[in-house]
Amino acid sequence: MIGTLRGRIAKAVLRVARPDAGSVTLTQRRIYILPTAAGLLFGATLLAMLIGCMNYNVSLGYVLTFLVSSIGVVSILHTFRNLAQLQLRAGRTVAVFAGEHALFPILLINPTRLSRKSIALRGRAGEEVYADVPDGQTASALLRIPSERRGILQLGRIRVFTLFPLGLTRAWSNVELDATCVVYPAPESGVVPLPTPSGGNADGAYSAQGSDDFAGLRKYQIGDSLRHVAWKALARGQVVLTKQFSGMAAGTLWLEWDALSADMPIEARISRLTRWVLDASHSGQTFGLRLPAAVLAPAAGAAHEEHCLTALALLEP
Amino acid sequence: MQKPEELPLRRGGIISLLGALLAALAAHVPHLPVWLCAIVVALLAWRGYCAMRGAKLPGKWFLIGMTVMGTAAILVSYGPRFSRDTSVALLAFMLALKVQELRALRDASVVICLGYFLLITGFLYSQTIATALYMFALVIWLTATLAAFQDRTRSTSPFAALRVSALLVAQAVPLMIALFLLFPRVQGPIFGFPQATSAGVTGLSDTMSPGSLSSLGLSDDVAFRVHFNAAPPKPRNLYWRGPVMWDFDGRTWTIGGASTTATEGMHYQADGPPIRYAVTLEPHYMRWMFAIDLPFVAPPDTHITNDYQLLASRPIRNRIRYEISSNLAYRYGLDEKTEILQRALRLPTGYNEKTLALARELRMRASSDRELIDAVLNRFRTELFFYTLVPPELGRDSVDEFLFVTRRGFCEHYASAFVVLMRAAGIPARVVTGYQGGEMNPLGDYMIVHQADAHAWAEVWLKNEGWVRVDPTAAVSPARIQAGLFAALPADYSLPIGMRNDFPMLRQLRFSMDALANSWNQWVLGYTAERQMKLLRDAGLSTPTWQTLTVLLMTTAAAVIGMLALTILWRLRSRPRDSVGQSWRLFCRKLARRGSERAPSEGPRDFARRAAQEQPARHAQIETIAALYMKLRYAGETEKPEARRLRALVRQFR
Repeated sequence: MIGTLRGRIAKAVLRVARPDAGSVTLTQRRIYILPTAAGLLFGATLLAMLIGCMNYNVSLGYVLTFLVSSIGVVSILHTFRNLAQLQLRAGRTVAVFAGEHALFPILLINPTRLSRKSIALRGRAGEEVYADVPDGQTASALLRIPSERRGILQLGRIRVFTLFPLGLTRAWSNVELDATCVVYPAPESGVVPLPTPSGGNADGAYSAQGSDDFAGLRKYQIGDSLRHVAWKALARGQVVLTKQFSGMAAGTLWLEWDALSADMPIEARISRLTRWVLDASHSGQTFGLRLPAAVLAPAAGAAHEEHCLTALALLEP
Repeated sequence: MQKPEELPLRRGGIISLLGALLAALAAHVPHLPVWLCAIVVALLAWRGYCAMRGAKLPGKWFLIGMTVMGTAAILVSYGPRFSRDTSVALLAFMLALKVQELRALRDASVVICLGYFLLITGFLYSQTIATALYMFALVIWLTATLAAFQDRTRSTSPFAALRVSALLVAQAVPLMIALFLLFPRVQGPIFGFPQATSAGVTGLSDTMSPGSLSSLGLSDDVAFRVHFNAAPPKPRNLYWRGPVMWDFDGRTWTIGGASTTATEGMHYQADGPPIRYAVTLEPHYMRWMFAIDLPFVAPPDTHITNDYQLLASRPIRNRIRYEISSNLAYRYGLDEKTEILQRALRLPTGYNEKTLALARELRMRASSDRELIDAVLNRFRTELFFYTLVPPELGRDSVDEFLFVTRRGFCEHYASAFVVLMRAAGIPARVVTGYQGGEMNPLGDYMIVHQADAHAWAEVWLKNEGWVRVDPTAAVSPARIQAGLFAALPADYSLPIGMRNDFPMLRQLRFSMDALANSWNQWVLGYTAERQMKLLRDAGLSTPTWQTLTVLLMTTAAAVIGMLALTILWRLRSRPRDSVGQSWRLFCRKLARRGSERAPSEGPRDFARRAAQEQPARHAQIETIAALYMKLRYAGETEKPEARRLRALVRQFR
């Protein structure tokens, strides 16, 4: 009961519970403003100055004290204005491997004719990035969030704030942009040889004939193994050709979940498969991936690699 | 990971901050010891060198050692009493040391706050307009350093921060004025008495010896300024009464201790309407205040003694303003007490024997007191006596030497000799010091009384007449009384140029400067709790208290801040001008009127094709406009003339 009440109050007061849509405008209601440590020191100094003026009856001292206090008050308005009406939007992310930093580009859109100076963004990780946003323009800032495990990494709540112009007050707003980054599993390290290509049938029987039988030449494609390049033809000044063997079609490499020992922990298996996907893809082989929930048909190339890695990233534990 | 408060500071910001601090310290150089100035400047310069070369800052032990030694040296050189000068010296020294650990933003905030404090201490020593302007500029500079450190992207130079700062200061001024006028003033001191600094202040003192007033004769410092409610009295009536001297030791007159009792039970008669005026008195660290002979009612917080000195309850450390009225025609002291009259006859024995003999001789020849007085004045007038600002030095029997040998003197010589003669002849007499005359400032419609107008005259007590003023200087030099000091002196005297009558342009300039200084004094420096209340009464509040003041302050400040918020936040509403988009929307409206309305899903290319088909007569125009629009909007074309051409085409489109 109390918990829900507190939750409601937090919701009502902090307005942070609901994630925001793709784009957020920092309206007046979302911006908070409080003095910084420097601001408190500034206030204490002013108090001391005021007492000094009273003690010594220094009329010009009052003028100076009030001038400096007024500068402080005016700077509050400027701090607020520096943040108000700014729009935030999350940019596209690039997938990373677990343990690396995910980079979330945040677009700061300034629809007004005021230049914004030193706008700061801080993500969960606590790192702060600063950007200036000239009038009517858009700036982008990269937030680095460390990824710990595979899956979908949410940007989560970020704080956008500013101390401009004097650092005496901090205006801030908490924004929860709908931004995600795919985190691939970390590949296993060490010597992990790829399994031998199989005939492609479910029982995994090795097809003996094939891989040596020369079947003809075709045009080289990116991803073809260099061992199969027709070097002699190349030396004769022809275009780059790849030798085709009759066994190749049959001997497709299958990376299979079930082929791994059941004793291996699940995450270790995923890690091993990730490494294999990378190795297979880098050596230009055609491979398929068979997971408990999904089967990815044999293919080659960057897009296929991406699909496989994503499937591994999203595998239910 | 480093928190932003701990990030290294930008070099330009450090240099700018050091410059601002040096400039603030420059105002303190006259009253800091030379060795301290040298150390402080060296420390600041060293920090600047470290910033430029990226050298290592001094370590902890160096700073601790410096702090201990420096503090000890300051305390030794200023003595054990903790005075204002000591605190300023310590502040300057600590600031220079704190700068040595200026590494991160946090340290910069501390240093800048100390800098603001250093600025305000400058006003303890000088509150002139020039000082105020200097400090104002320094506030802008110091605030700019704060802004420079806040430029986290370091995209602008630290000196560009001056613009930010100047804007902030300009916007802060209205609120500052509201606070200044309405913040309830407290009459200090709150803790302990501020140290009186009478050193270097010129003015009258509680003693008068030969040469003490003539030394003031060359000072064009302002003693006080006077606002008359009506026309000012004639110069010969302007006797500004100050300290009254009773006791004479043969050479020096002193006020003695007899004149502090109040005037209760004293009788006076005043004839004619009183003159009303307001005096703004410069601080002179003494208690007396000045009024035209003779004030009868003391302003609040002051009292009038039995010899009609107007005394404040405390020494006057700040410029004060008081309203008072005087009568030019009066009669007082008819029933003076015998012991007081006895005191007004006392002379030291064994001094000025020749003068005493002369007095006895005159007494025998004169039939009445009046006749005796006239005889003395006649002697001054007819014999070879000279009025001079540079009288010869006088020895032990100063009056004898003056009357019989040198015969050259300033007003104190004449007043002193006259009173000694009177006392020796049995007429009670005393010396009154103060100022005589004053000049009207035509630009401000007020009178300025300078230290050079210092004067001494005599008062004698006559039966049936009471105390009567006699000015022996007037007998020697009538011009002094009627036209001022300069007129009375031979032309070769080197009076301050502004005080001389023969440089009319300089005089005019001096009047303008003084009019400015007067408004400054009235409205800035002399804006006290009392004047604050007076302003409120003038504004129509019948009985203002500090509570009304607080309410008024709150509402005014809220209004001012509201106005500021409106002006500052107003620009949030302005969107960048999009003339291309405006032209396109106008074009669409025009086409809609002709029956071709753009569907929300229609892009410019499709819409233009359809509209051109629907309105074959305008086919070419529509195609041209749409092509130009697409070029401007989507092909990255940013040429201003092209945008203008689009607008012209749309305008012409019928």
